[in-house]
Amino acid sequence: MQMKSKIAALLIGLLLGSGSVVAEENLAEAMFSPLRQKEVNTVSNKLYKDECGSCHFAYQPGLLPTQSWEKLLNEKALADHFGENAELDADVLASIKTFVMENAANKSYYKRARKIAKATEGVEAPLRITEVRYIKRKHHEIPNNMIKGNKDVKSLAYCDACHTQADKGVFDEDTVKIPNFPDWDD
Amino acid sequence: MKRIFVLFCLTALFATAASASPASDALLAKYAAEGATKVDVAKAKKDWTREVVVDGEKMSCASCHGTDHTKSGKHHKTGKVIEAMSQKVTADRYTEEKKIEKWFKRNCKDAWGRECTVQEKADFLTFLIAQ
Repeated sequence: MQMKSKIAALLIGLLLGSGSVVAEENLAEAMFSPLRQKEVNTVSNKLYKDECGSCHFAYQPGLLPTQSWEKLLNEKALADHFGENAELDADVLASIKTFVMENAANKSYYKRARKIAKATEGVEAPLRITEVRYIKRKHHEIPNNMIKGNKDVKSLAYCDACHTQADKGVFDEDTVKIPNFPDWDD
Repeated sequence: MKRIFVLFCLTALFATAASASPASDALLAKYAAEGATKVDVAKAKKDWTREVVVDGEKMSCASCHGTDHTKSGKHHKTGKVIEAMSQKVTADRYTEEKKIEKWFKRNCKDAWGRECTVQEKADFLTFLIAQ
């Protein structure tokens, strides 16, 4: 009987545990996950989604390394967040920052996040995702009139203007649809 | 019969007071305690479109929220849709004190380059919950 209840407890533990493994805890977990993570981790934190996502696309923490987030997520920096006031209460900021730091590019095992981590190693940490070498290179061949000159895109910063599954952390080429250029195909 | 009449009266009372919420009531009381005097809704309406140049850009509340409170607005930089200000359209508007204060702080700074006074906030909030 005791054995049985132990097994039951273990099973319940496993079940509960697997549910919360949205943010990968370690390399082994990332490797053996049935959904081998190709992209970047999705935004699992409601506070982050609400606070950051109310003004702009809720960029996944895996799109920048911790050193970049460190520069962005402090009281002083947020008072002038790319020209906007984005001040947060201290407790909200602390909670958001914890989530972001744990899921930043250099802490993630997601493939695309790893590439971003690699591209930002040993260089001055960029403030903008669009300044990450890897991101630049990936968009290098897209002509200006499809992005800057495109009234429905305007800037590389608006990920979700073309990446139709950006909110799911998927930036795969197959999911790209450039507004006003229906025939675009790389 | 009498009971139904009382119920009817109560419903009518709540229906007319539906625009205010415990959060907005509490905030208005707080603003009054902090020195806000008689609320001036007409001034708030005018202030809504009052333009101030901030960082080289002409800004007002309406730059992002528009002037039709039942329609959604757009962030002036990111283009992100901002849900309608009217709680007839966006039901959870003005239901959370912290949220109201947060956006007053941010948006006053973004649109006017300074924080709003308690009087301005009292005027705006009263004006907005009536939309």
